[in-house]
Amino acid sequence: MTFLNYLLSGISLGSIYAIIALGYTMVYGIAKMLNFAHGDVIMVGSYICFFAVSRFGLPPVVGVLAAMAVCTVLGILVERLAYKPLRAAPSLAVLITAIGVSYFLQNGAQLLWTPNPKVFPSIVGNGRLALFGGQLTVSHVTLVTIASCVVIMIALTLFTGHTKMGKAMRACSEDKGAAQLMGINVNSTISVTFAIGSGLAAVAGVLLCSAYPNLVPTTGSMPGIKAFTAAVFGGIGSIPGAMLGGILLGVIEIFAKAYISTQLSDAVVFAVLIFVLLVKPAGLLGKKISEKV
Amino acid sequence: MKKKITLTKYTRSSFLTYGLVIAAYVILQSMVLTGSITSSLKGMLVPICAYAVMAVSLNLTVGVLGELSLGHAGFMSVGAFTGVIAAIALEGIVPMGWLRLVIAMAVGAVFAAVAGFLIGIPVLRLKGDYLAIVTLAFGEIIKSVLNNLYVGVDGDGLHFSLLSDRTGLAAGGRMIVNGPMGITGITKLSTFTAGFVLLMLTLFIVFNLVNSRTGRAIKSIRDNRIAAESVGINVTKYRLTAFVTSAAMAGAAGPLFAMNYSNIIANKFDFNTSILVLVFVVLGGLGNMLGSIIAATALTILPEALRQFADYRMLIYAIVLILVMLITNNPTLAAWTQSARDKLRRAVGRKKPARTPAEGGDGHE
Amino acid sequence: MSKVKLVPVPSGSVIPERDIDKTPILETHHLGIDFGGLVAVDDFTLTIGRTEIAGLIGPNGAGKTTVFNMLTNVYQPTRGSILLDGRETRGLKTSQVCKLGIARTFQNIRLFSNMTVMENILVGLHDEMSYSALTGILRLPAFYRSERIARERAMELLSIFSMEDTADAQAGSLPYGAQRRLEILRALATNPSLLLLDEPAAGMNPSETEELMENIRRIRDMFQIAVLLIEHDMNLVMGICEGICVLNYGKVIAKGDPDQIKNDPVVIEAYLGKKGAK
Repeated sequence: MTFLNYLLSGISLGSIYAIIALGYTMVYGIAKMLNFAHGDVIMVGSYICFFAVSRFGLPPVVGVLAAMAVCTVLGILVERLAYKPLRAAPSLAVLITAIGVSYFLQNGAQLLWTPNPKVFPSIVGNGRLALFGGQLTVSHVTLVTIASCVVIMIALTLFTGHTKMGKAMRACSEDKGAAQLMGINVNSTISVTFAIGSGLAAVAGVLLCSAYPNLVPTTGSMPGIKAFTAAVFGGIGSIPGAMLGGILLGVIEIFAKAYISTQLSDAVVFAVLIFVLLVKPAGLLGKKISEKV
Repeated sequence: MKKKITLTKYTRSSFLTYGLVIAAYVILQSMVLTGSITSSLKGMLVPICAYAVMAVSLNLTVGVLGELSLGHAGFMSVGAFTGVIAAIALEGIVPMGWLRLVIAMAVGAVFAAVAGFLIGIPVLRLKGDYLAIVTLAFGEIIKSVLNNLYVGVDGDGLHFSLLSDRTGLAAGGRMIVNGPMGITGITKLSTFTAGFVLLMLTLFIVFNLVNSRTGRAIKSIRDNRIAAESVGINVTKYRLTAFVTSAAMAGAAGPLFAMNYSNIIANKFDFNTSILVLVFVVLGGLGNMLGSIIAATALTILPEALRQFADYRMLIYAIVLILVMLITNNPTLAAWTQSARDKLRRAVGRKKPARTPAEGGDGHE
Repeated sequence: MSKVKLVPVPSGSVIPERDIDKTPILETHHLGIDFGGLVAVDDFTLTIGRTEIAGLIGPNGAGKTTVFNMLTNVYQPTRGSILLDGRETRGLKTSQVCKLGIARTFQNIRLFSNMTVMENILVGLHDEMSYSALTGILRLPAFYRSERIARERAMELLSIFSMEDTADAQAGSLPYGAQRRLEILRALATNPSLLLLDEPAAGMNPSETEELMENIRRIRDMFQIAVLLIEHDMNLVMGICEGICVLNYGKVIAKGDPDQIKNDPVVIEAYLGKKGAK
């Protein structure tokens, strides 16, 4: 039963990574940029939810919605102010700008909310569900996390597959020039992508802090890096890839912690990533694009 | 006659760099000797040199080879740990401090080169962002391992163990690396002069390498891998050459940086440090070594210079970074600053041909 | 140019009479490649004499560039064999094939655009120099000796197209025609015995094309090498090629000298459709 317990917490952690990785992968797919500030959007979302719930005593649902709203606006703002002027710039320049945005958000948060850790109130309560006559207990947070992940995955798949905007997003990620010629507004499509990615980051932030309730201005950075890794692991640019990569990464991390070594779990996670990339150089579900000669 | 001009063009840019570094050293060193330097700036001299070496060496990978590396600090930490271990182990045998520092830097360079070689073989099979993420992963693995490494020295030599202290040192033995606590009780051997010499040496290696058949092969891979292969360039060999050279120089910078403090932990060389060095490189200009040095210096001093803004300084730092990237890379803003600069120049009366966009060129994509 | 007589060889190709008593520089036998089940090129058999200028023509998408990519091992052929100067090149890397003597240009120009014209040629001359990376870093005498010889050689090569005064220009900033010419020189710098030119006249005006024709002949005579070129400009192909191979849908549909090809009904049909053939 401990194995099942580990598996469940792995899937739960992986679901959080997956939701964050979705933001990375969607933005990468469409804007071909690594949005390093994505991890910090998570942190902003968590703070908004924290203040809404613990300071203003709002119901948790309102807190989550507020976090999503703020992060969505933040995502669009960052894209408009920092990334849009660099649409034609070399990818490295955009990467460094994204790093600048990440510093900005972290240090802004430090100023606004001080570096002192905040104890995040659990949004879903501390209840546990006992299964198999109490042999297997699952916390509500775990269940909610996994459920949210499944819902988000289904919603996104439907959105990109069946809506006009979803199709526009896919068209832009294939070929921006051609998409523009077909009458798609590339700029607003990119904005929508950032908005969705950032909104998801807020959800991920709330879930993350419900499971690990220690909130500081750098809360987002390590999960951000891990989720970025997960996105690459699954094949960056691919939505199912981000899901698969995220969940696998979470499971591997928990198993490595449980069965190998707590201190070296990160090393194990990254070693698996390297191994996978060597076998599948474009990630698990990524398309291998060979240069035409 | 043409070939002479080609040669002088390279010589000119490298000599300008050497000259400016020497001039900066002479000025700062004389300020140190006369005591007319603030203590905070004085404390930054060695880190500036170490970061400049890091930036120049990373520029070889990013600017000259054209591959994004997000784990450069990993090589620095390999160099720092192996170098400092060597220096401490040799404390009784080699009495001269400067020699121990030199040995430490050499040991660091060798171990980092070996790490670069071992990492480079798998990493360089990948391309673009995938390569970048794997360098990041290696950087994190190196950090995790060093955080759990225990090394001690006694009469029988060095003892290693991983995860927990099982070195079993004999009486009178000394713990050198103590897991997450890192290395404590380091004799501060690093000096500004040592940093200056290492920087000059790094520049010498990079300039001469870049302007040779090896360097041209590396640059040709950056510009067009398929064409490079078609003219007989062994892509794997030269990518590995650039990567290993870059790692070795970062490895030498490690002990220089570490031995400026009395203790050092592996977390000092994390992903953020790699990113910081990358920022120096991109800000200074890809392939532009002088730019890397200037950016490393300016951005190391900037947070200190902003100290009067207290809590706001890192925020200002972030804004400066974003603005510089926007100004240099947005076509509209770049053209605007260019015309402003031209006007200024005309006003001053110095006639200088306008820079062509190709000249600022970072061909990286 | 005196008219050369073409002689049939066992592969069914024809090569110039003057080359007949020597091993052909290139022989391919039943070469073929599939891309995910799709047969891109099949049964491609061709022989090229040591100093022959040969043409590879065919409608768009016929697989001409794919043949070049197989000859240089950019793609590994699925079937068949390539003999370069009698030596099998299967399994070699592109760079090794170059060292064995095949150099090429690309349809979409692939220069080292951020490097100077001189440096582009010097990369081509890479194997002519032999000093190690360490010698280069330490600036030992071998470095200066080797560099001086290579730079002189590069200037000689540039003089073929009178490009000496562009030596310090950035390759990417050259006009289109000059970029094509530089690519040919870079390929020549590798000291090839077979030069593959992929649409060398693309984007050139008639007078430039005329000049290019002369220069290709001159290069062949100067270096005594074989040239295989892909070209859509029929004046150029018919004007300088001694043997021509026509490819359609990945298959060789005709081989022969320019006169034979011009009058071959199968070729005319491939280019103009059934109506044109009548």
